[in-house]
Amino acid sequence: MLTLAQQLWIGLTNGMVFALIALGYTMVYGILELINFAHGDLFMLASFLALTLVGLLGLATASGPVVVVGLLGVVLACAIFAALINRTVDRVVYRPLRNAPKLAPLVSAIGVSFVFQNLGLFWGGLPLDVMGGGLAAAAPKSFPDLIPSTNLLGDGAAFRITAKDLVVIGSSLCVMVALWLFVTRSRLGKAMRATAQNPLAARLMGIDVDRVISATFLIGGALAGFAAVIYGLYVNTIKFQDGYQNGLYAFTAAVLGGIGNIPGAVVGGLVIGIVRALSDQYIGAQWQQAVVFGMLIALLVFRPQGLLGANVREKV
Amino acid sequence: MLRVEQARAGYGAVEVLRGISLTVDEGEIVTLIGANGAGKTTTLHTLSGLVQLTGGRITFLGENIAGVPAHELVRRGLVHAPEGRKIFSRLTVLENLEMGAYTRRDPDGIARDLARVFELFPILAERRRQAGGTLSGGEQQMLAVGRAMMARPRLLLLDEPSLGLAPLIVARIFEVIRELSKSGVTILLVEQNARMALRLAHRGYVMETGAILLADAASALLENETVRAAYLGE
Repeated sequence: MLTLAQQLWIGLTNGMVFALIALGYTMVYGILELINFAHGDLFMLASFLALTLVGLLGLATASGPVVVVGLLGVVLACAIFAALINRTVDRVVYRPLRNAPKLAPLVSAIGVSFVFQNLGLFWGGLPLDVMGGGLAAAAPKSFPDLIPSTNLLGDGAAFRITAKDLVVIGSSLCVMVALWLFVTRSRLGKAMRATAQNPLAARLMGIDVDRVISATFLIGGALAGFAAVIYGLYVNTIKFQDGYQNGLYAFTAAVLGGIGNIPGAVVGGLVIGIVRALSDQYIGAQWQQAVVFGMLIALLVFRPQGLLGANVREKV
Repeated sequence: MLRVEQARAGYGAVEVLRGISLTVDEGEIVTLIGANGAGKTTTLHTLSGLVQLTGGRITFLGENIAGVPAHELVRRGLVHAPEGRKIFSRLTVLENLEMGAYTRRDPDGIARDLARVFELFPILAERRRQAGGTLSGGEQQMLAVGRAMMARPRLLLLDEPSLGLAPLIVARIFEVIRELSKSGVTILLVEQNARMALRLAHRGYVMETGAILLADAASALLENETVRAAYLGE
């Protein structure tokens, strides 16, 4: 029973990262019906920036308050970095293809994904001593353990909750609540939902759809940048293929929750995190991908619109 | 207020509008009637910037508006309530109406216009917290008209407001169009129901295969032999 609870807790923590990345997939899909395959790799690039900044600021050896302030700065920098890159890619690559058949931007997104992976590989091979894990470009880099992972319930306790877990869950929840308030309360957030539901009507309301799309890429990118820092701090190892692997899980999460559906992406991310943890514990780690993607296939067969229902456009 | 001269437009290689000219003066209700496929909806789409003008001129309030993006025209007072209502089905009725006022920054004016929409269509006030997609067809059309009113149009383009609705609801919608006109909104109405449209309008244009066939006072068109035979079913 305790093992089950422990695995649920671990799954929940991991699931937060998937949920944050899944939000970027689902928001872009909601508006453009584009699966932005480069999104996971954007997350990976942001994690390399996070590691570089953490190293340059010397946070690994700094005192407590400096670490806190430094990390806030790193989060901000990574969020802005990923937001701007995401918007630039949309402007340069996807926007010229706005009226092209849907396959064109999709294939381009896969191309951008390869470009990002190679940038990550290049970044990993830079002669920077802040890149833990040696100079081999493809080698996993160790991310400093900046948040204590001692058990808050005491060393001998059977159940394990660490400060790190609480930081991951707490900060992710704050970001998600902020996103929800933005989308449901603000003028631009409502314009985003309106555009996702009916782009033609949105234009006739005076909504500048291009601006809304840019804002969507900025926000999705910022969430990926934030997730990248959280991920580095939690997993303590990053590598250039992380974007591909986590991106695939996050994309699955978005589909699971109902692609285009914002709360769905969060639910999907948490479900993927939990299923992964339970499968590792009770079936075996080597079956992890088979279980997760098997679940995706089952869902697509029995409930293709996703757990919370997809954001299906009105057909009039 | 609106002057269209020899406008040409279409989709890709297919030209739909083959040089149409029409005018709408301040305070008028003008109707555009014609069979399916005559180009009525394309005309409205071209006016509101959704379809690119390929020839001719369109001026609105004295300015050339060819190439001005659709969202900018709304800001200038040219508002288009499209065919098929195009409600935001997952936004609430209230949020739909708020989207109508998207370009406006005068909270007091917006609140007054919202009160007016609710007064004209009490059912929308009752259902303000409901998702737009859960409304009946008639209620959705009321919402579409109300949403367009929220933009405080100077010229309102209405595309088939009676399509697929029960006669009582159509009568209500037409009553509201008349009231809007009285309050100073200029209206260009595209309608299948030619008889109702001509009874409401001051002037009318009859379109056929991308061109204007007839232009006259609405009362004269109601008496016109060709119109009676082809569009009024007599």
